[in-house]
Amino acid sequence: MALWLLRRLVQAGFVMLAMSAIVFIGLHAIGNPIDILISPEADQAERARAIAALGLDKPLWEQYWLFLQGALHGDLGRSFVFNEPALRLIAGRMPATLELAVTAVLLSVCIGLPLGLYAGLHPNSFTGRLVMTGSIFGFSLPSFWVGLMLIMVFAVTLGWLPSSGRGETISIAGVGWSFLTVDGWRHLLLPALNLALFNISLVLRLTRAGVRETLPLDYIRFARAKGLTPGRVIYVHVLRNILIPVVTVIGLEFGSTIAFSVVTESVFAWPGMGKLIIDSINVLDRPVIVAYLMITVALFVTINLVVDLLYTLLDPRVRLGGRR
Amino acid sequence: MSGAMREQSPFRRVVADFCANKVAVAGLVTLVIIVALAVFASLIAPQNPYDLAQLDIMDGRQPPGATSMDGLVFWLGTDDQGRDMLSGILYGLRISLIVGAGSAAVAGIVGSSLGLAAAYAGGRIEAAIMRLVDLQLSFPAILVALMILAFIGKGVGNVMLALVIVEWASYARTARAAALSERAREYIEAAEGLALPRSRVVFGHLLPNCLPPLIVIGTIQVARAIALEATLSFLGLGVPITEPSLGLLIANGYQYMLSGKYWISFYPGIALLITIVSINLVGDQLRDVLNPRLQR
Repeated sequence: MALWLLRRLVQAGFVMLAMSAIVFIGLHAIGNPIDILISPEADQAERARAIAALGLDKPLWEQYWLFLQGALHGDLGRSFVFNEPALRLIAGRMPATLELAVTAVLLSVCIGLPLGLYAGLHPNSFTGRLVMTGSIFGFSLPSFWVGLMLIMVFAVTLGWLPSSGRGETISIAGVGWSFLTVDGWRHLLLPALNLALFNISLVLRLTRAGVRETLPLDYIRFARAKGLTPGRVIYVHVLRNILIPVVTVIGLEFGSTIAFSVVTESVFAWPGMGKLIIDSINVLDRPVIVAYLMITVALFVTINLVVDLLYTLLDPRVRLGGRR
Repeated sequence: MSGAMREQSPFRRVVADFCANKVAVAGLVTLVIIVALAVFASLIAPQNPYDLAQLDIMDGRQPPGATSMDGLVFWLGTDDQGRDMLSGILYGLRISLIVGAGSAAVAGIVGSSLGLAAAYAGGRIEAAIMRLVDLQLSFPAILVALMILAFIGKGVGNVMLALVIVEWASYARTARAAALSERAREYIEAAEGLALPRSRVVFGHLLPNCLPPLIVIGTIQVARAIALEATLSFLGLGVPITEPSLGLLIANGYQYMLSGKYWISFYPGIALLITIVSINLVGDQLRDVLNPRLQR
């Protein structure tokens, strides 16, 4: 177990290193931030001073080396635009994104699981088919357009919910959270629903397929023959076995949810790190782009690790490395 | 299966099976109409939306059904430039389809070749290619595309390049899986026994038999590519503003939606939705028809 964990950590380290090199070199292969940041009227001396201040005069490998050294010390450079450490800038925006993503994942389970259970137990009923047809739209609809339509219906036409921003936040340990206030929830609901749409369909389809596969199995028939109530059979025997793939997929999708929050945040002007990265790409704010990508890569590597660990807890048959 | 049915050629069987599902046929018909509309956009569209001489800023943001200064009816309204939305959608559809289908085709060729090479070569080459595939697929498409476009900037060609890089891995994985199972078959052994050149074994014997799953993946990937291109264009990282795709048309209407001018974003979105859904319907049915395990 310890060896397995160690191997995975080393592997993760290599992925991070490779990604850092790709990101760093990729970003330096294009566009010159000097042209964007320094006014064209600036004279030669001013230009040189600015270039030196940003460290852009050093050779590429040296810049990368300094970047790596800094990264290991938790310093990913200063934003050209905000003149603030890139890491702090992103860390400041991260709670908003995490709040949105976690709410979206919870929504997808709370909506997807019951609907999938229903569709699996009554596959030929009208409602069951309706749910399945609806889930196709969850996959097909481009999420940014759904977001626009949600704004149009609930914010513009009906006027029930606000169209953008985070609303009132309550600060805990120096970080503002929306989910503690009524106004925050009103702001959170539409973006979270928008972000959850794909996952709702995914959870729904997985649950339905799982129910359909599990119901004819011997142990379910045995549980029924034993005289257990249908409720107990479904909620204990069926549901428990379905949860493994569902938890895996939700775990793996959590990273995608954070990545896709780029779109939702842009539509709803949600002040998270997704909106920050789009703005940064548009002005070529290199340190922020690099820091965002590195943090996201780290996040993904961690999520994959955690999902693997959770797997072993949920399914006793999966033992790491095959042996005890 | 009856005796008469068994004599059908494989192609006719596929066609017959495909037509068994009415919804899928409806999807295919819709798709054909959409492609025809996009191909003949310049003949059908009431105006050329790229020709600035035909646009009049005074016609800007007209609601659907309004009439222009010179008697043209805007069935779907106009955008802020006074561009007829119907024409804009038809031309935008063309760009979305070209980018989507083009990138899926290139990714299909690159990915399938690498997948076949991996399956056929084995050893280190296989390990290297499949590692790359795993790495690629462990990151979501939107993140990879964002990263690439942050490096190389926007533009039609760059978006297509990004989509190819995002998509090739799925083809490679599918091609390798199909090729591995086909490779064990006797006809490959026979071809190798005849000492045919390797390229002929791979492309003449192996590839045709790996095609069914690749066609299914290809169909779904076209839909994914169109959706992703629209998303990237919406974020301002996609196609240039001079030749807007459906995604950019939607983005242009975003700012006017809060004042109730819904049509600028709404109708391009509907066009996008119909396109993606019809492609997915066709792809779903193809998967059922071409899957040998499901054959009745």
